[in-house]
Amino acid sequence: MPLKYSKKVLEHFTRPHNQGSMKKADATVTVGNPKCGDLMRFYLKVGINTKGQEIIKDLKFETLGCGAAIATSSMATELAKGKTLDEAMKISKDQIAKELGGLPKVKMHCSMLADEGLRRAIEEYRKAKNK
Amino acid sequence: MPKKKIYLDYAATTPVSKEVLKEMLPFFSEKFGNAMSVHSFGQEALEAVDLARERVANFFGAQIGEIIFASGATEANNLAIKGLIKSYYADPKNKIKPHIITTIFEHHCVLNACKAVEKENLAEITYLPIGKDGIINPTQLKKAIKKNTILISVMYVNNEIGTVQPIETIGKIIQKIRQSKTEGKTLYPLFHTDAAQAINYFDCDVKKLGVDLLSMSAHKIYGPKGVGVLYIKKGTPIKHIQDGGDQEFKMRAGTHNVPGIVGLGKAIELINSQLATLPTGRQARNSQRILKLRNYLIKKVLKEISKAYLNGSKIKRSPNNASFRFDNVEGEGLLLSLDIEGIAVSTGSACSSGALEPSHVLLALGLKHEQAHGSLRVTLGKETTKKEIDFFIKKLKEIIQRLRKISGGVLKDFNS
Repeated sequence: MPLKYSKKVLEHFTRPHNQGSMKKADATVTVGNPKCGDLMRFYLKVGINTKGQEIIKDLKFETLGCGAAIATSSMATELAKGKTLDEAMKISKDQIAKELGGLPKVKMHCSMLADEGLRRAIEEYRKAKNK
Repeated sequence: MPKKKIYLDYAATTPVSKEVLKEMLPFFSEKFGNAMSVHSFGQEALEAVDLARERVANFFGAQIGEIIFASGATEANNLAIKGLIKSYYADPKNKIKPHIITTIFEHHCVLNACKAVEKENLAEITYLPIGKDGIINPTQLKKAIKKNTILISVMYVNNEIGTVQPIETIGKIIQKIRQSKTEGKTLYPLFHTDAAQAINYFDCDVKKLGVDLLSMSAHKIYGPKGVGVLYIKKGTPIKHIQDGGDQEFKMRAGTHNVPGIVGLGKAIELINSQLATLPTGRQARNSQRILKLRNYLIKKVLKEISKAYLNGSKIKRSPNNASFRFDNVEGEGLLLSLDIEGIAVSTGSACSSGALEPSHVLLALGLKHEQAHGSLRVTLGKETTKKEIDFFIKKLKEIIQRLRKISGGVLKDFNS
């Protein structure tokens, strides 16, 4: 039955941040598997900050999944936006969960795909750039 | 002021009705005796248990000695399956490993009890598949019967998709097979049905159904939790599986749950008395009312929400059950959103239970995992109103629209 979620999770589930698609993304990746119930897509736009470092200028997501999947997608994009790519690569599952006021244990492994999605998007961008 | 909550999960459990509670209350502190005690306190409790047993026997068209009180349908189902196996092996004449037939979409208490005896190498099990309509095929069942088949266990009404199984037909098939075997001298194969979801709306006359064993639970019929019944036809080879005292004709040891048994008796009597006044009785009227409301719900949801489907047969289903699935929506998110609106329903999505697999019932229907994840079970009860159904549909539409927007075309693109 519905798991007990924190207030913060419910907030991000009800009103997710950075939700939607992006027309001219620098990288687009999909993670997860519909078989497990969760599928996430991230759209990444890269910019340059005043120090000349590459940063996440914009980040959007689309997620088919449970409450935790949507809330973690929202929180991951929130945490990553504005960060340099190197910093964003370091965003962990634990950090996302902590910012959400904790997640039910079972959700940590099955619905927490957002960190992976974010890293994959950055990798994808770098790969394309170095081609 | 907090908004009024809407309960649409009557297949999970029902509230104890006022009449039932009233009969139960004296048996907690005032008439607290142990029904096994000889003194007046005990006798008072025993009388109440006897009355409940009579009411239950009456409902099933059974004899008083055929009604065994247990802690619920789970225990009753375990007793039926494991008790039969135990009895089979107690007879030295029985040398070959017995065979049990059940269905792939039984409740977990039957399924896991079968898996347990299978794992202990005590029996071989056939798990019958179901059709796309969520109903088993009696001919297929007949073909699965072997020389060593000792038990056939088929649920009356599926708890998730609400489909009704042809119990009477199966009963007749089994009767014929028994008669053809050793001139009718064998008792095998025995026939058991888990009727937990059937009691409220379907004929449960054990003779008409042709069953040897039948399980039920009080909390599905506006009675209390923690009490149920196993009907065991007289002469059925079965042994107790729990050791202890001589309660329940030595079939189920443990002090009687007197208030619970009293509540179960009253709850079943209420159905019975209402059925007895057919066709104008309250129960018949209430079933009709629920059926009409449920049909209205199904029609409206399928019409007003795109890519919405009904799981299982439209006709051969319990009048209170509507099991839907929606494309591009995940069940737990749906459940959670409805819960925020104060509406309680259920889903077969894995994500709501902590399990990794979605409901075995939906997969048995032939649904893909991603389809099963988008399922929603709505079950009505005697308190459900049209106003509640209308509010539910309105919210459901909004929520599905919102969740589909969040998911975008992610699934479609994944599959293409």
